[in-house]
Amino acid sequence: MQIAARRLDQVTIFDITGHIDLANSPELRKALLKELRETKTPRVILNLTGVRYIDSSGVASLVEGLKAARDEGLRFILYGLSPAAREVLQLSRLIKIFDVVDDEQQALA
Amino acid sequence: MQKRSLLLDMVLVSDPRLLCVVRAAVERLTEVTGFTPPECRSITRAVDEAVANVIRHAYGGQPDRRIDLSCKRITAAVNGEQREGLEIQLLDKGLPFDRSKLTARSLDEVKPGGLGLHFIRDSMDIMEHRQVKGVNRLRLVKYLSADGSGPEHQGE
Repeated sequence: MQIAARRLDQVTIFDITGHIDLANSPELRKALLKELRETKTPRVILNLTGVRYIDSSGVASLVEGLKAARDEGLRFILYGLSPAAREVLQLSRLIKIFDVVDDEQQALA
Repeated sequence: MQKRSLLLDMVLVSDPRLLCVVRAAVERLTEVTGFTPPECRSITRAVDEAVANVIRHAYGGQPDRRIDLSCKRITAAVNGEQREGLEIQLLDKGLPFDRSKLTARSLDEVKPGGLGLHFIRDSMDIMEHRQVKGVNRLRLVKYLSADGSGPEHQGE
């Protein structure tokens, strides 16, 4: 997994690529919580277009990010879900709690 | 009566960086065994979650412990009908499986964690666990549909 951050005015976009699993989900969790709890960026967007696999520990990291955003009154948006990523979020029934949009334009709107 | 023939036998250490190797092997194996693409993804996810559980819970994150993974083609009688399928067995010598966790958490709860077991149960037809002489044995089985392709996902 690779994480790259693009910082715009009041917005951070994380471009995530590869597989999110037990080996690297702590890294994702750390990056998200730092951005949300310390930097307190008003809108944090995750570009998951390049994510081919996500396991339960990756989903748990996303849930922690969402909870941190709610605690801080920030927005946490996902876009570009691959069929595999969407399948996992649907299977966990957590897709309904996330703010999921189709593309970056919608995430920035 | 069940018939079994070995397809794949792997020994790996409990290093989470090897999960991608397990997924790659299992996904290819499910493809050649005849499962549909959604079933291949689903079985691969179940095995990935099962190995991750061994790494995290049985071995407490120690990265150098042994895990045995074997996959067999099986033929078994299911409801009076002969069915072919894939049997996956995981062996480890870590802490015993916590039976209180055999009930996956409610999906109505919004909280991190506890999803792995749900993913495994959802994906497989059989999930059995037992411990014999200090060895944890997890057996997972997924049957092919009667016509050799997935009944629920035709055309996907």
